[in-house]
Amino acid sequence: MRITCPICGERDRREFYYQGAASMLDRPDPDADGQVWSDYLHLRDNPAGLTRELWYHEAGCGAWLIVERNTVTHEIIGTELVEAADAD
Amino acid sequence: MRFSGLKVLKEGLTGNKGWTPHWRDPEPKDAYDIIIIGGGGHGLATAFYLAKEHGLTNIAVLEKGYLGGGNVGRNTTIVRANYGLPGNSEFYSHSLKLWEGMEQELNYNVMHSQRGIINLFHSDGQRDAAARRGNAMVNQGDDAILLDREGVRRMLPYLDFDTARFPIYGGLYHPRGGTARHDAVAWGYARGADMRGVDLIQNCEVTGIDIEGGRVTGVQTTRGAIRAKKVGIVVAGRSSQVAAMAGMRLPIESHVLQAFVTEGLKPVIDHVVTFGMGHFYISQSDKGGLVFGGDLDFYASYAARGNLPMQEHVMEAAMTLMPMIGKAKLLRSWGGIMDMSPDGSPIIDKTGIEGLYLNCGWCYGGFKAVPGSGFSFAHLIAQDRPHDPAAGFRLDRFETGRGLMDEEGTGAQHNLH
Repeated sequence: MRITCPICGERDRREFYYQGAASMLDRPDPDADGQVWSDYLHLRDNPAGLTRELWYHEAGCGAWLIVERNTVTHEIIGTELVEAADAD
Repeated sequence: MRFSGLKVLKEGLTGNKGWTPHWRDPEPKDAYDIIIIGGGGHGLATAFYLAKEHGLTNIAVLEKGYLGGGNVGRNTTIVRANYGLPGNSEFYSHSLKLWEGMEQELNYNVMHSQRGIINLFHSDGQRDAAARRGNAMVNQGDDAILLDREGVRRMLPYLDFDTARFPIYGGLYHPRGGTARHDAVAWGYARGADMRGVDLIQNCEVTGIDIEGGRVTGVQTTRGAIRAKKVGIVVAGRSSQVAAMAGMRLPIESHVLQAFVTEGLKPVIDHVVTFGMGHFYISQSDKGGLVFGGDLDFYASYAARGNLPMQEHVMEAAMTLMPMIGKAKLLRSWGGIMDMSPDGSPIIDKTGIEGLYLNCGWCYGGFKAVPGSGFSFAHLIAQDRPHDPAAGFRLDRFETGRGLMDEEGTGAQHNLH
Protein backbone atom coordinates (compact mmCIF):
# COMPACT_ATOMS: atom_id res chain seq x y z
CA MET A 1 0.00 0.00 0.00
CA ARG A 2 1.39 3.40 -1.00
CA ILE A 3 -0.01 6.74 0.10
CA THR A 4 0.41 10.01 -1.76
CA CYS A 5 1.28 12.82 0.61
CA PRO A 6 0.16 16.14 -0.93
CA ILE A 7 3.49 17.64 0.15
CA CYS A 8 6.01 14.79 -0.36
CA GLY A 9 4.42 12.71 -3.11
CA GLU A 10 3.84 8.96 -3.22
CA ARG A 11 5.45 7.15 -0.30
CA ASP A 12 5.60 3.72 1.31
CA ARG A 13 2.83 3.01 3.83
CA ARG A 14 5.47 2.52 6.51
CA GLU A 15 6.20 6.25 6.58
CA PHE A 16 2.70 6.89 7.90
CA TYR A 17 1.06 6.41 11.28
CA TYR A 18 -2.60 5.37 11.24
CA GLN A 19 -4.80 7.29 13.66
CA GLY A 20 -8.32 6.18 12.72
CA ALA A 21 -11.60 7.46 11.35
CA ALA A 22 -11.63 11.10 10.21
CA SER A 23 -14.68 11.59 12.40
CA MET A 24 -12.07 12.37 15.09
CA LEU A 25 -11.91 15.86 13.49
CA ASP A 26 -15.54 16.53 14.45
CA ARG A 27 -14.74 17.23 18.06
CA PRO A 28 -17.78 17.82 20.28
CA ASP A 29 -18.27 21.03 22.18
CA PRO A 30 -16.31 20.94 25.45
CA ASP A 31 -19.61 21.33 27.35
CA ALA A 32 -21.36 18.52 25.46
CA ASP A 33 -22.62 15.78 27.75
CA GLY A 34 -20.67 12.63 28.55
CA GLN A 35 -22.67 10.46 26.17
CA VAL A 36 -21.71 12.66 23.20
CA TRP A 37 -18.05 12.57 24.19
CA SER A 38 -18.11 8.83 24.75
CA ASP A 39 -19.68 8.23 21.35
CA TYR A 40 -17.08 10.47 19.74
CA LEU A 41 -14.21 8.64 21.41
CA HIS A 42 -15.36 5.05 21.10
CA LEU A 43 -18.09 4.41 18.53
CA ARG A 44 -17.18 4.00 14.88
CA ASP A 45 -19.07 3.59 11.60
CA ASN A 46 -16.39 1.04 10.60
CA PRO A 47 -17.55 0.79 6.97
CA ALA A 48 -16.72 -2.12 4.68
CA GLY A 49 -15.95 0.00 1.62
CA LEU A 50 -15.13 3.69 1.33
CA THR A 51 -13.84 5.36 4.46
CA ARG A 52 -12.12 8.62 5.43
CA GLU A 53 -9.22 8.31 7.85
CA LEU A 54 -6.55 10.33 9.58
CA TRP A 55 -2.96 9.38 8.80
CA TYR A 56 0.17 11.16 10.04
CA HIS A 57 3.23 11.44 7.81
CA GLU A 58 5.50 10.53 10.68
CA ALA A 59 8.65 9.68 8.70
CA GLY A 60 8.12 12.49 6.22
CA CYS A 61 6.89 16.07 6.46
CA GLY A 62 4.90 15.56 9.68
CA ALA A 63 1.61 16.58 8.09
CA TRP A 64 -1.75 15.14 9.15
CA LEU A 65 -3.65 13.78 6.16
CA ILE A 66 -7.21 12.78 5.42
CA VAL A 67 -6.95 9.63 3.33
CA GLU A 68 -9.99 8.35 1.47
CA ARG A 69 -9.58 4.62 1.13
CA ASN A 70 -11.47 1.42 0.37
CA THR A 71 -11.25 -1.00 3.30
CA VAL A 72 -12.23 -3.98 1.14
CA THR A 73 -9.74 -3.49 -1.71
CA HIS A 74 -7.08 -1.33 0.03
CA GLU A 75 -7.36 1.13 -2.88
CA ILE A 76 -6.38 4.70 -1.97
CA ILE A 77 -8.93 7.05 -3.54
CA GLY A 78 -7.39 10.37 -2.56
CA THR A 79 -5.50 12.31 0.07
CA GLU A 80 -5.68 15.86 1.33
CA LEU A 81 -4.09 17.86 4.13
CA VAL A 82 -6.15 18.21 7.29
CA GLU A 83 -5.18 21.87 7.47
CA ALA A 84 -6.45 22.56 3.96
CA ALA A 85 -9.73 20.87 4.83
CA ASP A 86 -9.98 22.96 7.99
CA ALA A 87 -9.43 26.13 6.01
CA ASP A 88 -12.50 25.53 3.82
CA MET B 1 -23.61 -41.71 14.97
CA ARG B 2 -21.13 -41.94 17.84
CA PHE B 3 -17.41 -41.89 17.22
CA SER B 4 -15.25 -44.46 18.98
CA GLY B 5 -12.07 -46.42 18.42
CA LEU B 6 -14.19 -49.48 17.72
CA LYS B 7 -16.20 -47.57 15.10
CA VAL B 8 -13.04 -46.41 13.33
CA LEU B 9 -11.72 -49.99 13.31
CA LYS B 10 -15.00 -51.42 12.03
CA GLU B 11 -15.31 -48.81 9.28
CA GLY B 12 -11.70 -49.29 8.29
CA LEU B 13 -12.29 -53.01 7.83
CA THR B 14 -15.57 -52.62 5.95
CA GLY B 15 -14.69 -49.98 3.36
CA ASN B 16 -15.72 -46.85 5.31
CA LYS B 17 -19.28 -47.06 4.03
CA GLY B 18 -21.01 -46.42 7.34
CA TRP B 19 -20.10 -42.76 7.92
CA THR B 20 -22.99 -40.35 7.75
CA PRO B 21 -23.19 -36.54 7.43
CA HIS B 22 -22.31 -34.79 10.67
CA TRP B 23 -25.35 -32.51 10.56
CA ARG B 24 -28.61 -31.99 8.69
CA ASP B 25 -29.20 -29.28 6.09
CA PRO B 26 -32.69 -28.08 7.10
CA GLU B 27 -34.92 -25.47 5.48
CA PRO B 28 -35.50 -22.48 7.78
CA LYS B 29 -38.78 -22.54 9.67
CA ASP B 30 -41.04 -19.46 9.95
CA ALA B 31 -40.21 -18.91 13.60
CA TYR B 32 -37.80 -19.94 16.36
CA ASP B 33 -37.42 -19.14 20.02
CA ILE B 34 -33.82 -18.04 19.46
CA ILE B 35 -31.85 -17.07 16.37
CA ILE B 36 -28.07 -16.96 16.47
CA ILE B 37 -26.64 -14.84 13.66
CA GLY B 38 -23.27 -16.29 12.68
CA GLY B 39 -22.25 -19.92 12.22
CA GLY B 40 -18.65 -19.58 13.32
CA GLY B 41 -16.99 -21.11 16.36
CA HIS B 42 -18.63 -18.76 18.85
CA GLY B 43 -22.10 -18.96 17.29
CA LEU B 44 -22.07 -22.75 17.05
CA ALA B 45 -20.76 -23.08 20.61
CA THR B 46 -23.52 -20.72 21.79
CA ALA B 47 -26.19 -22.88 20.13
CA PHE B 48 -24.62 -26.04 21.56
CA TYR B 49 -24.59 -24.75 25.14
CA LEU B 50 -28.12 -23.28 24.83
CA ALA B 51 -29.28 -26.79 23.99
CA LYS B 52 -27.08 -28.71 26.40
CA GLU B 53 -26.99 -26.44 29.46
CA HIS B 54 -30.36 -24.73 29.19
CA GLY B 55 -32.51 -27.30 27.39
CA LEU B 56 -33.46 -24.82 24.65
CA THR B 57 -33.57 -26.43 21.21
CA ASN B 58 -35.99 -24.39 19.11
CA ILE B 59 -32.99 -22.52 17.77
CA ALA B 60 -31.60 -21.60 14.35
CA VAL B 61 -28.02 -20.64 13.57
CA LEU B 62 -27.99 -18.48 10.45
CA GLU B 63 -24.74 -18.43 8.47
CA LYS B 64 -24.27 -16.34 5.33
CA GLY B 65 -21.60 -18.68 3.93
CA TYR B 66 -20.65 -22.11 5.22
CA LEU B 67 -20.20 -23.23 8.82
CA GLY B 68 -16.81 -22.29 10.24
CA GLY B 69 -15.83 -20.34 7.12
CA GLY B 70 -14.76 -17.21 8.99
CA ASN B 71 -12.11 -16.58 11.59
CA VAL B 72 -12.47 -20.00 13.25
CA GLY B 73 -10.94 -21.38 10.05
CA ARG B 74 -8.34 -18.62 9.65
CA ASN B 75 -6.42 -18.44 12.93
CA THR B 76 -3.19 -19.83 14.38
CA THR B 77 -5.07 -22.37 16.57
CA ILE B 78 -3.54 -21.36 19.93
CA VAL B 79 -5.38 -22.22 23.14
CA ARG B 80 -4.24 -20.63 26.42
CA ALA B 81 -5.29 -19.01 29.70
CA ASN B 82 -2.40 -16.65 30.45
CA TYR B 83 -4.22 -13.37 30.99
CA GLY B 84 -3.32 -11.05 33.81
CA LEU B 85 -6.27 -8.76 34.45
CA PRO B 86 -9.44 -9.39 36.45
CA GLY B 87 -12.31 -9.86 34.02
CA ASN B 88 -10.17 -11.57 31.43
CA SER B 89 -8.39 -13.92 33.82
CA GLU B 90 -11.43 -15.79 35.15
CA PHE B 91 -13.05 -15.94 31.73
CA TYR B 92 -10.09 -17.55 29.92
CA SER B 93 -9.49 -19.83 32.88
CA HIS B 94 -13.07 -21.10 32.55
CA SER B 95 -12.66 -21.40 28.79
CA LEU B 96 -9.50 -23.51 29.13
CA LYS B 97 -11.32 -25.88 31.49
CA LEU B 98 -14.04 -26.29 28.87
CA TRP B 99 -11.32 -27.04 26.29
CA GLU B 100 -9.98 -29.78 28.50
CA GLY B 101 -13.34 -31.55 28.54
CA MET B 102 -14.37 -30.64 24.99
CA GLU B 103 -13.53 -33.84 23.15
CA GLN B 104 -15.47 -35.97 25.63
CA GLU B 105 -18.32 -33.48 25.76
CA LEU B 106 -18.64 -33.34 21.97
CA ASN B 107 -17.55 -36.93 21.21
CA TYR B 108 -15.36 -35.31 18.58
CA ASN B 109 -11.62 -35.31 18.02
CA VAL B 110 -10.52 -31.66 17.95
CA MET B 111 -6.87 -32.70 18.30
CA HIS B 112 -6.49 -30.52 21.38
CA SER B 113 -2.81 -30.69 22.22
CA GLN B 114 -1.61 -29.21 25.52
CA ARG B 115 1.96 -28.97 24.35
CA GLY B 116 2.68 -25.88 26.43
CA ILE B 117 3.29 -22.24 25.56
CA ILE B 118 6.54 -20.41 26.28
CA ASN B 119 6.45 -16.60 26.17
CA LEU B 120 10.08 -15.50 25.93
CA PHE B 121 11.43 -12.40 27.63
CA HIS B 122 14.53 -10.46 26.72
CA SER B 123 15.17 -7.89 29.45
CA ASP B 124 14.94 -7.44 33.24
CA GLY B 125 11.76 -5.41 32.82
CA GLN B 126 10.13 -8.11 30.75
CA ARG B 127 11.18 -10.71 33.32
CA ASP B 128 9.44 -8.69 36.05
CA ALA B 129 6.30 -8.43 33.91
CA ALA B 130 6.40 -12.18 33.19
CA ALA B 131 6.77 -12.99 36.89
CA ARG B 132 3.81 -10.76 37.72
CA ARG B 133 1.68 -12.31 34.99
CA GLY B 134 2.70 -15.80 36.07
CA ASN B 135 1.67 -15.05 39.65
CA ALA B 136 -1.68 -13.72 38.42
CA MET B 137 -2.20 -16.94 36.46
CA VAL B 138 -1.32 -19.11 39.45
CA ASN B 139 -3.64 -17.06 41.68
CA GLN B 140 -6.40 -17.67 39.16
CA GLY B 141 -5.79 -21.40 39.57
CA ASP B 142 -4.01 -21.92 36.27
CA ASP B 143 -0.43 -22.97 35.73
CA ALA B 144 2.67 -20.88 35.09
CA ILE B 145 6.38 -21.62 35.51
CA LEU B 146 9.09 -18.98 35.23
CA LEU B 147 12.02 -20.39 33.26
CA ASP B 148 15.50 -18.94 33.34
CA ARG B 149 17.75 -18.89 30.31
CA GLU B 150 19.05 -22.41 30.87
CA GLY B 151 15.54 -23.65 31.49
CA VAL B 152 14.49 -22.29 28.11
CA ARG B 153 17.61 -23.72 26.47
CA ARG B 154 16.78 -27.21 27.73
CA MET B 155 13.31 -27.04 26.17
CA LEU B 156 14.03 -24.97 23.05
CA PRO B 157 17.64 -25.68 22.07
CA TYR B 158 17.08 -24.45 18.51
CA LEU B 159 16.65 -20.77 19.48
CA ASP B 160 19.45 -18.29 18.87
CA PHE B 161 20.60 -17.59 22.44
CA ASP B 162 23.67 -15.64 21.39
CA THR B 163 22.02 -12.79 19.52
CA ALA B 164 23.46 -9.58 20.92
CA ARG B 165 20.46 -7.43 20.08
CA PHE B 166 17.68 -9.47 21.74
CA PRO B 167 19.29 -11.90 24.20
CA ILE B 168 16.92 -14.49 25.66
CA TYR B 169 16.68 -14.01 29.44
CA GLY B 170 14.07 -16.71 30.02
CA GLY B 171 10.43 -17.50 29.43
CA LEU B 172 7.04 -17.85 31.08
CA TYR B 173 5.95 -21.45 30.59
CA HIS B 174 2.22 -22.25 30.56
CA PRO B 175 2.09 -26.06 30.34
CA ARG B 176 -1.69 -26.34 29.84
CA GLY B 177 -1.58 -24.03 26.83
CA GLY B 178 -1.32 -25.51 23.36
CA THR B 179 -3.15 -25.84 20.07
CA ALA B 180 -6.22 -27.51 18.58
CA ARG B 181 -7.49 -28.41 15.14
CA HIS B 182 -9.44 -25.21 14.47
CA ASP B 183 -11.97 -26.48 11.89
CA ALA B 184 -12.78 -29.52 13.99
CA VAL B 185 -13.83 -27.25 16.86
CA ALA B 186 -16.47 -25.62 14.64
CA TRP B 187 -17.55 -29.00 13.26
CA GLY B 188 -17.74 -30.59 16.69
CA TYR B 189 -19.97 -27.84 18.09
CA ALA B 190 -22.06 -27.85 14.90
CA ARG B 191 -22.62 -31.60 15.18
CA GLY B 192 -23.37 -31.38 18.89
CA ALA B 193 -25.92 -28.60 18.35
CA ASP B 194 -27.53 -30.35 15.39
CA MET B 195 -27.85 -33.63 17.35
CA ARG B 196 -29.82 -31.72 20.00
CA GLY B 197 -32.25 -30.32 17.43
CA VAL B 198 -30.71 -26.95 16.53
CA ASP B 199 -31.24 -25.98 12.86
CA LEU B 200 -27.95 -24.96 11.23
CA ILE B 201 -28.89 -22.93 8.17
CA GLN B 202 -26.11 -22.12 5.75
CA ASN B 203 -26.12 -19.74 2.77
CA CYS B 204 -28.59 -17.62 4.68
CA GLU B 205 -27.45 -14.01 5.04
CA VAL B 206 -29.25 -11.76 7.49
CA THR B 207 -30.24 -8.53 5.72
CA GLY B 208 -32.31 -6.88 8.43
CA ILE B 209 -33.27 -7.10 12.09
CA ASP B 210 -36.94 -6.53 12.90
CA ILE B 211 -37.63 -4.40 15.96
CA GLU B 212 -41.06 -3.36 17.22
CA GLY B 213 -41.55 -1.13 20.24
CA GLY B 214 -37.95 -1.56 21.39
CA ARG B 215 -38.17 -5.34 21.19
CA VAL B 216 -36.65 -7.67 18.62
CA THR B 217 -39.20 -9.76 16.69
CA GLY B 218 -37.14 -11.52 14.05
CA VAL B 219 -34.78 -11.13 11.13
CA GLN B 220 -34.95 -10.65 7.38
CA THR B 221 -32.72 -13.01 5.41
CA THR B 222 -31.85 -13.95 1.86
CA ARG B 223 -34.05 -17.00 2.47
CA GLY B 224 -37.05 -15.07 3.76
CA ALA B 225 -38.22 -13.53 7.03
CA ILE B 226 -37.82 -15.56 10.21
CA ARG B 227 -39.48 -14.59 13.48
CA ALA B 228 -37.74 -15.04 16.80
CA LYS B 229 -38.22 -14.07 20.43
CA LYS B 230 -34.50 -13.59 20.99
CA VAL B 231 -31.65 -12.86 18.60
CA GLY B 232 -27.93 -13.15 19.30
CA ILE B 233 -25.34 -11.41 17.10
CA VAL B 234 -22.04 -13.34 16.96
CA VAL B 235 -20.42 -12.24 13.73
CA ALA B 236 -16.86 -11.16 14.54
CA GLY B 237 -15.37 -9.40 11.55
CA ARG B 238 -18.77 -8.03 10.47
CA SER B 239 -20.16 -6.93 13.83
CA SER B 240 -20.52 -3.27 12.83
CA GLN B 241 -22.56 -4.12 9.71
CA VAL B 242 -24.98 -6.47 11.48
CA ALA B 243 -25.37 -4.17 14.51
CA ALA B 244 -26.15 -1.30 12.12
CA MET B 245 -29.23 -3.30 11.03
CA ALA B 246 -30.51 -2.74 14.57
CA GLY B 247 -29.55 0.94 14.46
CA MET B 248 -26.48 0.48 16.64
CA ARG B 249 -22.95 1.86 16.30
CA LEU B 250 -20.31 -0.25 18.04
CA PRO B 251 -16.95 0.55 19.65
CA ILE B 252 -15.34 -1.67 17.02
CA GLU B 253 -12.87 -1.09 14.22
CA SER B 254 -12.07 -3.99 11.86
CA HIS B 255 -8.41 -4.74 11.24
CA VAL B 256 -6.52 -7.43 9.34
CA LEU B 257 -4.25 -9.93 11.08
CA GLN B 258 -2.01 -12.08 8.93
CA ALA B 259 -0.83 -15.64 9.46
CA PHE B 260 1.56 -17.90 7.61
CA VAL B 261 2.33 -21.58 7.14
CA THR B 262 5.37 -23.32 5.71
CA GLU B 263 5.61 -26.58 3.82
CA GLY B 264 5.23 -29.70 5.93
CA LEU B 265 8.39 -30.56 7.89
CA LYS B 266 9.44 -33.28 10.28
CA PRO B 267 8.73 -32.49 13.96
CA VAL B 268 10.99 -29.64 15.01
CA ILE B 269 8.98 -27.25 17.23
CA ASP B 270 7.29 -29.06 20.10
CA HIS B 271 5.57 -26.11 21.83
CA VAL B 272 3.98 -22.79 21.08
CA VAL B 273 6.76 -20.18 21.29
CA THR B 274 6.38 -16.41 21.31
CA PHE B 275 9.09 -13.80 20.76
CA GLY B 276 9.10 -10.94 23.25
CA MET B 277 10.84 -8.25 21.21
CA GLY B 278 8.60 -8.18 18.17
CA HIS B 279 5.27 -9.68 17.38
CA PHE B 280 5.91 -13.31 16.45
CA TYR B 281 4.46 -16.63 17.61
CA ILE B 282 4.90 -20.08 16.18
CA SER B 283 3.84 -23.68 16.54
CA GLN B 284 3.97 -26.76 14.33
CA SER B 285 0.78 -28.32 13.08
CA ASP B 286 0.25 -32.07 13.28
CA LYS B 287 0.58 -32.08 9.49
CA GLY B 288 4.08 -30.62 9.89
CA GLY B 289 3.61 -27.05 8.70
CA LEU B 290 5.10 -24.30 10.84
CA VAL B 291 2.17 -22.02 11.64
CA PHE B 292 3.09 -18.51 12.68
CA GLY B 293 1.78 -15.00 12.85
CA GLY B 294 2.54 -11.45 13.82
CA ASP B 295 0.81 -8.23 14.70
CA LEU B 296 -2.06 -6.38 13.04
CA ASP B 297 -1.29 -4.45 9.87
CA PHE B 298 -2.66 -1.47 11.88
CA TYR B 299 -5.18 0.09 9.54
CA ALA B 300 -8.89 -0.62 9.12
CA SER B 301 -9.45 -3.44 6.65
CA TYR B 302 -12.01 -5.98 5.51
CA ALA B 303 -9.75 -7.40 2.81
CA ALA B 304 -8.84 -10.68 4.58
CA ARG B 305 -5.33 -10.18 3.24
CA GLY B 306 -2.54 -7.95 4.42
CA ASN B 307 0.37 -5.93 3.11
CA LEU B 308 4.07 -6.66 2.81
CA PRO B 309 5.50 -4.55 5.68
CA MET B 310 4.00 -6.81 8.35
CA GLN B 311 5.07 -9.91 6.44
CA GLU B 312 8.62 -8.57 6.40
CA HIS B 313 8.47 -7.85 10.15
CA VAL B 314 7.25 -11.37 10.91
CA MET B 315 9.95 -13.00 8.78
CA GLU B 316 12.63 -10.82 10.40
CA ALA B 317 11.43 -11.78 13.87
CA ALA B 318 11.38 -15.45 12.89
CA MET B 319 14.96 -15.31 11.59
CA THR B 320 16.12 -13.44 14.69
CA LEU B 321 14.61 -15.99 17.03
CA MET B 322 15.30 -19.24 15.20
CA PRO B 323 17.68 -18.90 12.24
CA MET B 324 16.92 -22.49 11.18
CA ILE B 325 13.54 -21.31 9.93
CA GLY B 326 15.31 -19.68 6.97
CA LYS B 327 15.55 -23.10 5.36
CA ALA B 328 11.78 -23.64 5.40
CA LYS B 329 9.71 -22.59 2.41
CA LEU B 330 6.66 -20.46 3.03
CA LEU B 331 3.59 -22.12 1.59
CA ARG B 332 0.70 -19.74 2.21
CA SER B 333 -0.28 -16.56 3.98
CA TRP B 334 -3.74 -15.28 4.74
CA GLY B 335 -5.54 -12.64 6.76
CA GLY B 336 -8.48 -12.65 9.13
CA ILE B 337 -10.73 -9.70 9.93
CA MET B 338 -10.46 -8.81 13.60
CA ASP B 339 -13.13 -7.01 15.60
CA MET B 340 -10.86 -4.57 17.45
CA SER B 341 -12.34 -2.98 20.57
CA PRO B 342 -10.77 0.11 22.18
CA ASP B 343 -9.25 -1.81 25.12
CA GLY B 344 -8.43 -5.03 23.30
CA SER B 345 -10.99 -7.08 25.24
CA PRO B 346 -14.33 -8.52 24.06
CA ILE B 347 -17.98 -7.66 24.60
CA ILE B 348 -20.70 -10.12 25.68
CA ASP B 349 -23.73 -8.10 26.72
CA LYS B 350 -27.36 -7.15 26.22
CA THR B 351 -28.12 -4.25 23.92
CA GLY B 352 -30.58 -1.38 24.39
CA ILE B 353 -33.08 -3.49 22.42
CA GLU B 354 -35.00 -6.12 24.36
CA GLY B 355 -34.24 -9.66 23.23
CA LEU B 356 -31.18 -8.62 21.20
CA TYR B 357 -27.80 -9.78 22.52
CA LEU B 358 -24.31 -8.95 21.34
CA ASN B 359 -21.08 -10.98 21.30
CA CYS B 360 -18.20 -9.22 19.53
CA GLY B 361 -14.83 -7.50 19.92
CA TRP B 362 -12.66 -10.60 20.20
CA CYS B 363 -9.73 -8.71 18.69
CA TYR B 364 -7.01 -11.23 17.78
CA GLY B 365 -7.86 -13.68 20.59
CA GLY B 366 -11.13 -15.28 19.64
CA PHE B 367 -10.13 -18.88 18.97
CA LYS B 368 -9.17 -19.91 22.49
CA ALA B 369 -12.34 -18.21 23.72
CA VAL B 370 -14.71 -20.31 21.59
CA PRO B 371 -16.02 -22.62 24.36
CA GLY B 372 -16.06 -19.95 27.09
CA SER B 373 -17.72 -17.40 24.83
CA GLY B 374 -20.37 -19.87 23.71
CA PHE B 375 -21.03 -20.97 27.29
CA SER B 376 -21.32 -17.43 28.64
CA PHE B 377 -23.33 -16.07 25.71
CA ALA B 378 -25.77 -18.98 25.98
CA HIS B 379 -26.15 -18.19 29.69
CA LEU B 380 -26.83 -14.52 28.96
CA ILE B 381 -29.43 -15.31 26.29
CA ALA B 382 -31.17 -18.06 28.27
CA GLN B 383 -31.24 -16.37 31.67
CA ASP B 384 -31.07 -12.68 30.76
CA ARG B 385 -28.21 -12.10 33.17
CA PRO B 386 -24.46 -12.33 32.63
CA HIS B 387 -22.51 -15.49 33.36
CA ASP B 388 -20.07 -14.69 36.18
CA PRO B 389 -16.76 -15.33 34.33
CA ALA B 390 -17.89 -13.04 31.47
CA ALA B 391 -19.57 -10.38 33.61
CA GLY B 392 -16.73 -7.96 32.91
CA PHE B 393 -17.31 -7.91 29.14
CA ARG B 394 -19.75 -5.02 29.34
CA LEU B 395 -20.65 -2.85 26.39
CA ASP B 396 -20.79 0.30 28.53
CA ARG B 397 -17.31 0.01 30.05
CA PHE B 398 -15.85 2.47 27.56
CA GLU B 399 -18.42 5.10 28.47
CA THR B 400 -18.14 4.65 32.22
CA GLY B 401 -14.44 3.84 32.30
CA ARG B 402 -15.21 1.15 34.88
CA GLY B 403 -13.78 -2.30 34.25
CA LEU B 404 -11.65 -1.51 31.23
CA MET B 405 -9.46 -4.51 30.45
CA ASP B 406 -6.42 -3.09 28.70
CA GLU B 407 -4.21 -6.16 28.90
CA GLU B 408 -1.38 -4.51 26.96
CA GLY B 409 -1.43 -1.35 29.04
CA THR B 410 -1.39 0.92 26.01
CA GLY B 411 -4.59 2.86 26.69
CA ALA B 412 -8.20 2.23 25.72
CA GLN B 413 -7.98 3.82 22.29
CA HIS B 414 -8.85 2.29 18.93
CA ASN B 415 -5.52 2.51 17.13
CA LEU B 416 -3.42 1.16 20.01
CA HIS B 417 -4.41 -2.51 20.10
